[in-house]
Amino acid sequence: MEKRVRFSSAWLPWVLLAPQVVIIGVFFFWPAAQAVLQSMQVQDSFGLSTEWAGLSNFKALFGDSAYLESFKSTAIFSILVAVLGIALSLMLAIFADRVIKGALLYKTMLIVPYAVAPAVAGVLWVFMFSPSIGVVAYGLAKSFGFEWNHLLNSTHAMSLIVAAAVWKQISYNFLFFLAGLQSIPKSLIEAAAIDGARPWRRFWTIQFPLLSPTTFFLLVINMVYAFFDTFAIIDATTQGGPGRDTVIMVYKVYQDGVKGGDIGSSAAQSVVLMLIVVSLTVLQFRYVEKKVNY
Amino acid sequence: MVERRATLGILAHVVMILGMLIVAFPLYLAFVASTHASQEIVQAPMPMLPGSHFWENYSAALTGHGGGAGSNAPVGRMMWVSLVTALVITVGKIAVSLLSAFALVYFRFPFRSLFFWAIFVTLMLPVEVRILPTYKVVSDLGMLNSYAGLTIPLIASATATFLFRQFFLTVPEELVEAARIDGAGPMRFFWDVLLPLSKTSIAALFVIQFIYGWNQYLWPLLATTSEDMYPVVVGIKRMIAGGDSGNEWNIVMATAIMAMLPPAVVVIFMQRWFVKGLVDTEK
Repeated sequence: MEKRVRFSSAWLPWVLLAPQVVIIGVFFFWPAAQAVLQSMQVQDSFGLSTEWAGLSNFKALFGDSAYLESFKSTAIFSILVAVLGIALSLMLAIFADRVIKGALLYKTMLIVPYAVAPAVAGVLWVFMFSPSIGVVAYGLAKSFGFEWNHLLNSTHAMSLIVAAAVWKQISYNFLFFLAGLQSIPKSLIEAAAIDGARPWRRFWTIQFPLLSPTTFFLLVINMVYAFFDTFAIIDATTQGGPGRDTVIMVYKVYQDGVKGGDIGSSAAQSVVLMLIVVSLTVLQFRYVEKKVNY
Repeated sequence: MVERRATLGILAHVVMILGMLIVAFPLYLAFVASTHASQEIVQAPMPMLPGSHFWENYSAALTGHGGGAGSNAPVGRMMWVSLVTALVITVGKIAVSLLSAFALVYFRFPFRSLFFWAIFVTLMLPVEVRILPTYKVVSDLGMLNSYAGLTIPLIASATATFLFRQFFLTVPEELVEAARIDGAGPMRFFWDVLLPLSKTSIAALFVIQFIYGWNQYLWPLLATTSEDMYPVVVGIKRMIAGGDSGNEWNIVMATAIMAMLPPAVVVIFMQRWFVKGLVDTEK
């Protein structure tokens, strides 16, 4: 879609675009190019000399068991966050769609976690689950004799970051599912009801298939969220521990680059992450094009 | 609703109430903890009803008089840094995107689609994937520990530019024609016609971007090294560095509540625009 009527000026559009272009040039493209460049260099530990290294940083990376482990943690973490977050919020949205009384109150309460910063969410969850003082950890020990300790047990640590990440993301998924459910024509549901389909059947044969574009979109968004936005949650709760069991890829870029000073490796990891974001974005936009036609 | 089923209606309420309780529990617990003395919290289990130390804890947090083993920087200052940062990011993003969307839609000039794609590609370069080089640029420009360093790198926004572009494309062309017949130049048209029409989109973006700006964590962590430039989200994480028994959890939780309050207020009171903005920016 293009405008037929336009203004004409030789300089005004450039002036209008200038702030955006300068910012993305200086803070996006230049650093991204630097990351690509650095990923093919090796620096000594004082940053005094830089040598061209070709793809050896990448080779070292994929030969490094710690990196492969972080790949695995990232995969487990993001799949759990996406699947659990989507399933829970879909369930809540379906019931919210039925409820009339008190709907606004429910909705308002459910969207509040969206406003909570990931770092604060991490602090809240680590407070509840702290092995020595946490209320939930205490409750688990008292009522089920279950010894919760995310500082020692990596399954517990992973569960904790998944729970905090899902808790924060439920609001977002919930709003999209609710909007999706409310846009399904009531006549379809009525027709199915007249044909004798009960609510459970109607959900699986009508609502769920019609929601599939929303579900797929949320799947991609949740993966991106789990990959990047959860950095603060991890930094506030497990800090990658115990050992390296909750070091997801973003956290490793930070650990190796900022804390460890290994610029080449960190840059190579950044490049791998960029490729992942690019493929996720392409996936999403291909699908968005399809959504328009359905 | 198609048919009335009492059991299903009740089930719906039960599920919603359960969901609400689970979602609200961490927030409630934080509030309760922020109203007790620290010894009461450290002795598990902590009390489940609000206590009587509300004012002490909040004022101790605000002025930085907690005795925790982690950081004890005054939260009042951090809240101010967060507020300034979030507002500059929000207003900056909206202004920059409005201008560039206006240029992209209403003018024809060389390399127009190149610029469009350049802005589009930034979607794929979140701060997280270019941490160190961005840090280097900002430090070379001497912007560490300043509001400029905290905000300017985050001001470019592809999503806002697209939202405004989408919206401008739906504005009837007759308005431009009418404005031109009346002798209005492009900037006059922008101020007097386009801007008032974009109010809803601006409100929607305001909510989303304010939360985005307020909740930034990784970037401020890198771009600031001095305590008086920490936003509250970074500050609170430094407060829990003292370990389970060393932390003054009542002060930490008071800080958490204060850190959540501004974005929560914005979301709750601008709920309508928030939902619209969320759904629109992702189209």
